[in-house]
Amino acid sequence: MTKPGRTLLKVQGLTKRFGGLVAVNNMTFDVHEHEVLGLIGPNGSGKTTTMNLISGAFPPSDGSITMNGQRLSGLAAHQIARRGVSRTFQLVRVLPGLSLVDNVVAGAAFGYRKRWGAEAEQFARGLLERIGLGDHMHLPVGSLTYIDQKRLELARALAGEPEVLLLDEWLAGLNPTELQEGIDLIAELRREGRTIILVEHVMDAIRSLCDRCVVMNSGAKIAEGTPRDVLSDPEVIRAYLGDE
Amino acid sequence: MTGSGWKEIGLAAGLVILAAFVPLVTDGYWLSIAVTAMMYIALATAWTLFSGPTHYISLATGAFFGIGGYLVATGMSDYDISFWVMAAVAPFVAVVLAAIVGAATLRLSGIYFVIFTLGLAEMIRGLVSWVQNNFLGSRGLYVLTDFTEAHIYWMLLIIAAVVYLIGWLIERSRLGFAMKIIGNDEGVAKHLGINTAAAKVALFMITGYFTALVGVVIAPRYSYIEPNLVFSPELSFLVVIMALLGGTQRLWGPIVGVIPFTLIWETISVSFPNATTFYLGLSFLLIVYFIPNGFVGLVEKLARRRQG
Repeated sequence: MTKPGRTLLKVQGLTKRFGGLVAVNNMTFDVHEHEVLGLIGPNGSGKTTTMNLISGAFPPSDGSITMNGQRLSGLAAHQIARRGVSRTFQLVRVLPGLSLVDNVVAGAAFGYRKRWGAEAEQFARGLLERIGLGDHMHLPVGSLTYIDQKRLELARALAGEPEVLLLDEWLAGLNPTELQEGIDLIAELRREGRTIILVEHVMDAIRSLCDRCVVMNSGAKIAEGTPRDVLSDPEVIRAYLGDE
Repeated sequence: MTGSGWKEIGLAAGLVILAAFVPLVTDGYWLSIAVTAMMYIALATAWTLFSGPTHYISLATGAFFGIGGYLVATGMSDYDISFWVMAAVAPFVAVVLAAIVGAATLRLSGIYFVIFTLGLAEMIRGLVSWVQNNFLGSRGLYVLTDFTEAHIYWMLLIIAAVVYLIGWLIERSRLGFAMKIIGNDEGVAKHLGINTAAAKVALFMITGYFTALVGVVIAPRYSYIEPNLVFSPELSFLVVIMALLGGTQRLWGPIVGVIPFTLIWETISVSFPNATTFYLGLSFLLIVYFIPNGFVGLVEKLARRRQG
């Protein structure tokens, strides 16, 4: 891996209230360039909500998110995407009416580094090859297996060459063989020096992929550090397993 | 640019030239049918620009069309403004309305959008009738010009050709691609960097412009205009039915839907003038039930079967 660089993304006092429910409570953390940051915690701890706040699916109630000193919080999702934040979705969302290549072009045409026409198509084909879908290029999207749909979604997210990539449980729902393929794929992205925030439950993936982890429980940060440190932290173990 | 794209536009240009000869070979009854068909071709193609890729069924056709027809009539009848000036101005009023409707309905999806556009068209019809009856005196408006049926036909043909050309260009542009993505998954579209609101409103404004322009050009044919005639909900439904019959996934879909349906509708209106609403509903059900993807869907299914 490349050495983690300067601070790219800064999350400060991030809070999201849905009516009386505080889904994310005063979260503060930094993401460094070329780093894979794991956002982990038990179900319902607010990880996906945090991802949705960063990508602009909805605005925060309080706090700020900045990237390279530019404020992202308060911007609409499409503006955030254009500034260099790409994402995949917890439940895979490919575009069924478009060809595989067009699915990826969709990520390149409007995103951070824009490509269009023949150049975009060539770039998309290259990405599909790299991500392991080279042989399926002419199949309809609907006939892809679950992991291949996930690959496609990842290729789409990479197509805009984002500064920060958000992967929301990208490894969930894969069988053991697919899981290993998936981990290898993300490990390759890590070696390329991409900046990634990863929401994940698969412990093997967290240990092998993450440079650092932020652990959430009930909407708040309870620990931060290397995977080894946070996973042996008594409070983290209590959050996952309960008191006894 | 792909070869099939040029072939498509070449074929379309050929058809436009052929269609231009229709008034030279026939007049009377068949020309009047041709004018009606050309009106619906322009309307259904304009409708498909927005509703095809987004799958938002708009019932606002009557409202835009009515604005065109009614403004021309008011301008010429009450203010002695020339037809051409009104033809230049009226469609922009529809564009402004489309922008307002678009902005107001951005958060609505699916069925709510349908109901909103229907309600809007009816509201405008009611409002215009009320203003006319209470303030302008309930006299009719006359649109008297020297245009013959052939002139009207050619003007409609030009509008239809321009709408088609614009649709063809949009389909190949980033805007068209954005609309396709929005039609697939609007949430994903936003996260890919597409300003979905702006894209949808832009397309809706283009649809509004040309729909109103058709209303303008057809007004001299009616010569006597009253709000209930031009702000017609039946027109809105007919355009949807014809576009769906043809199929909205391809730009040429509505055209192949309009031609047979115009003939069917003509027969129905003549034979059962008091039951048109019934037949309107019946056709709608039959089309949605038996050919949900229209003729385009049928043709492409057959083509796939022959290939595979």
